[in-house]
Amino acid sequence: MAKREGLEVSVAVGDAAMLSDVDVVSAYPITPQTHIVEHLAELVANGELKAAYIPVESEHSAMSASVGASAVGARTFTATAAQGLELMHEVLYVASAMRLPIVMTVANRALSAPISIWGDHSDAMATRDVGWIQIFVENGQEAVDNVICGFRIGEDKRVLLPVMIHLDGFALTHVIEPIELPDKKDVDRFLPPFKYPLPLDPEKPVTMGALGSPFIYTEVKWAQEINLEKAKDVILEVWQEFDKTFGRKYAPIEQYQTKGAKTLLLTMGSYSETAMVAVDKMRSDGKEVGLLKLRLWRPFPYEELREAVKGIETLIVLDRAISFGGPGGPVCSEVKAALYDEEKRPKIIGFVGGLGGRDISMAGFEEMVNRGIEIARTGSKREFEIYGVRE
Amino acid sequence: MATAVHGPGIITELEPFAPGHRACSGCGEALAVRLAAKAIGNNAIIVNATGCMEVVASPFPYTSWRIPWIHTLFENTAAVASGAEAALKALEKKGKRPQRNIKVVALAGDGGTSDIGVQALSGALERGHDFVYICLDNEAYMNTGIQRSSATPYGASTTTSPAGKESLGQITWKKNMPAIAVAHDIPYVATACPSYHRDLMRKVTKAVETPGAAYIHVLSACPTGWRCPTDDAIKVGRLAVRTGIFPLYEVTNGQYKLSLSLTKLEPVADYLKTQGRFRHLTEDTIKEIQERVTREYNKLVELAGKSGGETSSE
Amino acid sequence: MAKAKTKAKPRAKGELSWKEVELGFFITEPGNSTEVRTGDWKSRRPEVDFKKCNKCTLCYFFCPEGCIAKTKDGYFEADLFYCKGCGICAAECPKEAITMVEEER
Repeated sequence: MAKREGLEVSVAVGDAAMLSDVDVVSAYPITPQTHIVEHLAELVANGELKAAYIPVESEHSAMSASVGASAVGARTFTATAAQGLELMHEVLYVASAMRLPIVMTVANRALSAPISIWGDHSDAMATRDVGWIQIFVENGQEAVDNVICGFRIGEDKRVLLPVMIHLDGFALTHVIEPIELPDKKDVDRFLPPFKYPLPLDPEKPVTMGALGSPFIYTEVKWAQEINLEKAKDVILEVWQEFDKTFGRKYAPIEQYQTKGAKTLLLTMGSYSETAMVAVDKMRSDGKEVGLLKLRLWRPFPYEELREAVKGIETLIVLDRAISFGGPGGPVCSEVKAALYDEEKRPKIIGFVGGLGGRDISMAGFEEMVNRGIEIARTGSKREFEIYGVRE
Repeated sequence: MATAVHGPGIITELEPFAPGHRACSGCGEALAVRLAAKAIGNNAIIVNATGCMEVVASPFPYTSWRIPWIHTLFENTAAVASGAEAALKALEKKGKRPQRNIKVVALAGDGGTSDIGVQALSGALERGHDFVYICLDNEAYMNTGIQRSSATPYGASTTTSPAGKESLGQITWKKNMPAIAVAHDIPYVATACPSYHRDLMRKVTKAVETPGAAYIHVLSACPTGWRCPTDDAIKVGRLAVRTGIFPLYEVTNGQYKLSLSLTKLEPVADYLKTQGRFRHLTEDTIKEIQERVTREYNKLVELAGKSGGETSSE
Repeated sequence: MAKAKTKAKPRAKGELSWKEVELGFFITEPGNSTEVRTGDWKSRRPEVDFKKCNKCTLCYFFCPEGCIAKTKDGYFEADLFYCKGCGICAAECPKEAITMVEEER
């Protein structure tokens, strides 16, 4: 019977990979993911995790080695953050196009320059287009659960795609939280052994990575897109089965206190927990405010979003990243696009905030909601506003 | 086993690298790959860098590879190979697969090795993965149109180091990749050339059979980029060896051994005049090249002498 | 979904519908380049005087295409389906048994 204990989230993530019986760990350290790869090294060193631990010489090689390992049919895990995620950028496209179910946790961190080791979502937002399944978690338990689900989802024959689990750097990676690590035997039952359909094998030779001329490139990309879109069905299925097995339910978008709300706030990652407390306070003050927590980022949950904002007057989206010279908040721009064609849609107000590890307090969320409602009423001189900048 | 560099008879009829590839007529690199593949055999996985051999051998829907083959990007061949090798070993160790001794062999060009690929290669060699890395050196970025690399020889004209009024072409000496491999303390390093086909195949076999990391540097004549007739790849490769410009040797556990002991080096001019990429060179530059080649060759002979290895003479 | 307007004509090998593309764009027919007639490239072809040939195997080894095969008499002959006419075999034959001849077309 699994018990809840206080665990550093990074360590628990390492344990989740261990429980998933990964065969290969490809590891390059970068703050704030270091405790994940350190713990995995420990687990391998003392025999608790039977895996090849490859201490690669850069993140580009970390993902490349993961591609090589997965192509041979091994269950592969890696982790990175910010600059590391950027450095391996070109390899990410290869992993998804070659349909290799690697699982990677990204300890979301701000991108240089200036160099910042603290958390925000700019690294994740720079990899929207790479074709991976992407899930944002809001606490340590979710991180553990979704690493395990990540393997199950990615390795499903109908999916065969790599999975990124985003968790906030420091705010999640370095905190100790009450986490229930599932029993190994339950994970073994939940996660069947990995059997890749067309691995590199002398008994059945395949050529991977052929030159794709214009006459075929479009077809390959369209096949990839349809496959990623269809993966959503499998994700829902797996989350449902996870709930049945372990008693914790996950959904693409979670609604909190949305009944009767006129205004909704939309957050991703660990901010969702603070926002929940802020919403509780605002409700107790009589404000009709609710919260949407976006968990499934890719494939984007269009249906769930449109359903969740039915009847809402104002939707305030908080982005923890900035897309310069354009829409400001990447998530807000995608939300706006998703709701553009709806006959009835809320006014959508975007804020950028929390960059480079800056905290937003409960009071801060309240301020943001109030300002959002004001902008909805009177408009803003700007396409988007930034929360919390010193003028 | 005799170090015969010539001799009749077929070693193996295996052809893991099939005809029908799109290499230029007379391509020395395609020949190098074909011969290496014969020596590698069927129980292997090829990891290939972006480059001539990758493009000519895998234009969708065709593939010349009869054995498992993966190409991803340009600079990560050694990293992908590391992952594949580690995965095979892990799966066998965990009892998920039976032991099959599948060898991972990385193939990359000079650009993909000594320039953009050097980091991944250094990492893989340092970690000591059980794999073979073969650098197919045609001395420039040939697939993209003959641009210089750090393997381009001194004085060669390429599209990004063209000979002109202010320039003699490539102004740096060829980067010594085999020496860099040796510096990583790996069990086996060798140089080879398809003009010495049996020597090449013997070395590839030895590399495959050596546990740990092995590195082979193969001079691959490119008539298109070197500007010589398509008939000449073998002749030019032979001259490169016999002038001492590209000596054939092995380094086994740090011990140097020449594959061919040349009692007299042929003049470098004989080699340089066979190729259009050198036709602008002056007498002075040729003299400069001759001096350096002789000096480097003598250094090599000294290293081999210190190791006490015997060689076959010609 | 927009479709490109094309006349109904038989598709060339590899012109797949997006639904037919193999997993990961992998090619699962090993060595199928043997279907490609690279012999169309040549402007000259090798002709062998078998009386001079001593079966040394050098032409077999030096062919970049790997298209020179042993005949039933143990001699070596290029498969003109693949031969690109580079002339290496003729240049390297120690018995000068091979001549490159202009290909008439």
